[in-house]
Amino acid sequence: MSADIKITVIDREGLAHPLVAPTDMNMNLMEVCKSYELPVKGTCGGMAMCASCHCYVESDHQLNEPSDDEEDMLDQAFFVEDNSRLGCQIFMKPAFEGLTVRLAEESE
Amino acid sequence: MIETDLLIIGAGPTGLFTVFEAGLLKMKCHLIDSLPQPGGQLTEIYPKKPIYDIPGYPIVMACELVDNLMEQIKPFNPGFTLGESAVSIEETEEQKFIVTTNKGTRHKAASVAIAGGLGVFTPRKPPIARLPEYEEKGVDYIVRDPEKYRGKRVVISGGGDSALDWTVFLADVASEVSLVHRRTSFRGHLDTVDKVHELAQQGKVKLITNAEVIDVHGESGLNRVTVKQKDADDLSINCDHWLPLFGLTPTLGPIGDWGLEIEKNAIVVDNATDYRTNRPGIYAIGDVNTYPGKLKLILCGFHEATIMVQSAFKRAFPDKKLSFKYTTVMGGVGSLE
Repeated sequence: MSADIKITVIDREGLAHPLVAPTDMNMNLMEVCKSYELPVKGTCGGMAMCASCHCYVESDHQLNEPSDDEEDMLDQAFFVEDNSRLGCQIFMKPAFEGLTVRLAEESE
Repeated sequence: MIETDLLIIGAGPTGLFTVFEAGLLKMKCHLIDSLPQPGGQLTEIYPKKPIYDIPGYPIVMACELVDNLMEQIKPFNPGFTLGESAVSIEETEEQKFIVTTNKGTRHKAASVAIAGGLGVFTPRKPPIARLPEYEEKGVDYIVRDPEKYRGKRVVISGGGDSALDWTVFLADVASEVSLVHRRTSFRGHLDTVDKVHELAQQGKVKLITNAEVIDVHGESGLNRVTVKQKDADDLSINCDHWLPLFGLTPTLGPIGDWGLEIEKNAIVVDNATDYRTNRPGIYAIGDVNTYPGKLKLILCGFHEATIMVQSAFKRAFPDKKLSFKYTTVMGGVGSLE
């Protein structure tokens, strides 16, 4: 058994969902949220080309730096803060045990 | 009135491949798409992205897949209504459908296949509660006629090509141009980015970075916006127009009001039979539909299209016998033209 990690996703109503995510499948946070049927659309399928998985990283984990593509997409999102990320660009790995993120407001 | 056997709404990969499968059954197809070119998301959102899960292609660029699909359906000579979105549907006495677009083009067919993907691409709108009141009254999401802004004070938001291009263009047209952007760097073409900085230095454009427009004001139309700055107090900018240029995002749109069963922004279909919706004669295939176990993949759309056209054939030609053909034994599709 490879390591699963426990993460917390806080939905738009403020409810915290404890999730278990595998770290051996190259899964990203958007995919993990979808597998738990949390309200994350993942419109573009994880290519950092929509902002439907926009979230705020609330724990102090050191994540990979956002790519130019991700920054570009965040330019088109709203309610962007310093801790804003696209969930689809955060790939689950053991170091992210305890990661806490909050889903950003959706916008049409 | 355009008449066809099978009307396909959406010219993305699923819609395009539907033409091929319908063509094998000698059914004529016509496609409607709100975008000016075929390909849907593939050409509009990610033309240069590689796709890895098309059977037989270890890797294919999105735009290349669309080109290939267009080549593959060419023998069947489909019709296209591009740059128009399907708005309304009515059923005739002979149980055919008439679909009308936003520009009034009418299409008649025995069956309708909705392959609308994620829906109609519409401008992404900033979540400001009062914004709808100012649409067409100072706030525009698309620049249609730049002359409208001559001599006016214009605020532009966004950091991409369209925000930068219009900033450069309107610098010579408007009396005042302010560009508001979330961070200090821009993602547009380097030339345009340089040009914007140059204009800013010359004082022709006011560049406000690390900032976003958070509110709109005005009694009978826009006359001011509030800008929230990251490292400074809020700014108030007097202006006649605000152009929030944040790209396009798909929404289900008018199809959501066609009396079809909708679940989570998708059309519910019967995947045990032929991807029919709750309205006989209307099918939904590809990313636009949902059923237990649904996967939003191009290859699933192809499969759904193939199953669906068999049923659409029976509806278009109730008296004809349907014989399934394998393309491998007929020496190419040319023999079907």
